Amino acid sequence: MSEAPLLEFSGVRAHYGPVEALKDVNVHIFKGEIVSLIGANGAGKTTLLSSIFGAPRASTGKILHKGEDISRLPTNRISRRGIALVPEGRQIYQEMSVEENMMMGTTPIGMAYFEEDRTTMFDLFPRLKERRNQTAGTMSGGEQQMLAIARAMMARPELILFDEPSLGLAPLVVKRVFEVLREIAAMGKTIFLVEQNANHALKLSKRAYVMVNGRIHLSGESAALLDNEDVRKAYLGLH
Amino acid sequence: METNRILTLAKQALLTFTVSLILFAPISGLVLEGFGFRNELVRAVLLAALVAVGRVVLSVVGMTALGRKLAGSAARNGGGVIVMTGNEKSPVLILALLFAAGLALPFFADKYFLGIAILALIYCLLGLGLNIVVGLAGLLDLGFVAFYAVGAYLLALGYQYLGIGFWSALIIAPFLAGLCGMILAFPVLKMHGDYLAIVTLGFGEIIRLVLNNWLEFTGGPNGASVPPPTVLGLEFTRTAKQGGVPLHDYFGIAYSADYKFWFIYLVLFLVVCLVIYAVERLRVMPLGRMWEALREDEIACRSLGVNHVFTKLTAFMLGASTGGLAGVFFAVHQGFVNPTSFTFFESALILAIVVLGGLGSTVGVIAAALVLTILPELLRDFAEYRVLIFGVLMVAMMIWKPRGLVRVRRPAFFPSTAPRGDTAPLSVSPEVAR
Repeated sequence: MSEAPLLEFSGVRAHYGPVEALKDVNVHIFKGEIVSLIGANGAGKTTLLSSIFGAPRASTGKILHKGEDISRLPTNRISRRGIALVPEGRQIYQEMSVEENMMMGTTPIGMAYFEEDRTTMFDLFPRLKERRNQTAGTMSGGEQQMLAIARAMMARPELILFDEPSLGLAPLVVKRVFEVLREIAAMGKTIFLVEQNANHALKLSKRAYVMVNGRIHLSGESAALLDNEDVRKAYLGLH
Repeated sequence: METNRILTLAKQALLTFTVSLILFAPISGLVLEGFGFRNELVRAVLLAALVAVGRVVLSVVGMTALGRKLAGSAARNGGGVIVMTGNEKSPVLILALLFAAGLALPFFADKYFLGIAILALIYCLLGLGLNIVVGLAGLLDLGFVAFYAVGAYLLALGYQYLGIGFWSALIIAPFLAGLCGMILAFPVLKMHGDYLAIVTLGFGEIIRLVLNNWLEFTGGPNGASVPPPTVLGLEFTRTAKQGGVPLHDYFGIAYSADYKFWFIYLVLFLVVCLVIYAVERLRVMPLGRMWEALREDEIACRSLGVNHVFTKLTAFMLGASTGGLAGVFFAVHQGFVNPTSFTFFESALILAIVVLGGLGSTVGVIAAALVLTILPELLRDFAEYRVLIFGVLMVAMMIWKPRGLVRVRRPAFFPSTAPRGDTAPLSVSPEVAR
């Protein structure tokens, strides 16, 4: 892996008012990887993801995408660089139909590939096809999560950021979500996954970071982290 | 079971009677006369009894099957949003009939009714404009009347200082009002909800106060007169005043003051149709979708690459432009403008039109505009209670139809031949999908 990482945080700090949420974070993701970031509530995982989109902006340090600093770019430009976010709590447009939600996903690239990508997404999520003419808010949590993923995929991103895709879902649905993530990775997408569900996340990813109080506490191969005594105790509930 | 029900009813009636007696006794039971007062408690008791009986009747109706059905349907109305399947027949015939009826209206209506119709159409325009800002983009604007004033004063003052006529004003007004919309939008881009409402409220007041106090330029509370419209050099006045030929002379027909209103009505009607068409098109365009998405969730929008500055600006500007257009028609219809026409009450009324119509629904906004302008006219006989009835209707509406008169329908973009989970081919036909 001699080439430059697809996305790299170098010495990033970010603040919410006087509170320092990210303290000198260094993370890198190479093209084609699945990287996960695990940590407890309030560790700064979501902040790390949203700082890519400039909310909050990194106060020091750089966020490099393909070697260019994107930490000062306007938010709406970032998705045009091929980065898509599946936000925490899904954040789909409740009152809009499933199809309209997917159309919104094409904002960065225009409607040119809509037909084709819609077919791909409907193959991946048959439930969405059934419910295409339904308002998104009337779907179940799992279906909404699928829609959020489909919406992100519509922009044909190279890198997809997932913020707690398993949040508030039934165990069976969580399993399905992770299967989908695997399928998406097989399509050649790079995945950066933020999760509290450490067990699932570590099994899916190749490398992982553990975040504690705004710092990267541990990092390494996921398999190694799964065996790590601290990680097992803190995040897997095992002894 | 049966006695139980009667007992409940009796309890209810007693409670209602007591409460209304407490209310009515001092208000209608005591009549002041000079330094003393007359006791009219019988009247108060009668009123309270009437209220109690009404309560019991309501309860009894609510227990019958019909009542339950009504209540059920009212409750369901608050439910979801319909998404069309794309297979609906387009109501071209009905629209064409409505269009023809609209065009033919002046030939059947008397002057009084035509005046109301013009007013109703002006409020349609205002409603459609505010609907873009509040209904689609979700930006609560309490100062919309400012743009209305800009359009109206453009014609009045433009004629006074620059010799601008009706037609030029009609073209300039959307741009000028849009510019004002932009001036307002820039400082409020980062605001939401209540804060935005306060700022826009302030903006509306600023415009009104400037118009009211800049005596030398606007004429202040004395207002400014507006020239009557002309068409191709023909004038609607008895004798030509703007260097043209009077219409009735040109055609050799008898003079009638109605021609002017016919003309205003027809132009206004066409403009309203045009705006409706534009708004309906916008809704299915990416821009319209971005407005609605922005209303739903701004953070998600920005992460999807929506330029929120551009999106909000366009919403404000297009809404303001429509308001400006309405202002021109208002001015030319009244023949005179002054600041009292552009108070906060107008803003509130326009907002009521949008909310009662169902936020974001074009048909609803038009229906609400018609209802809210025609209703007060019909209620002229009850002049004293007009505003009261108006208010009661609004309260009732919000309780039983909180989503407005007409439920919002989401457009379907790709008609689905298979209604549910069928394995029909996905892209039904590329032509329809465009």
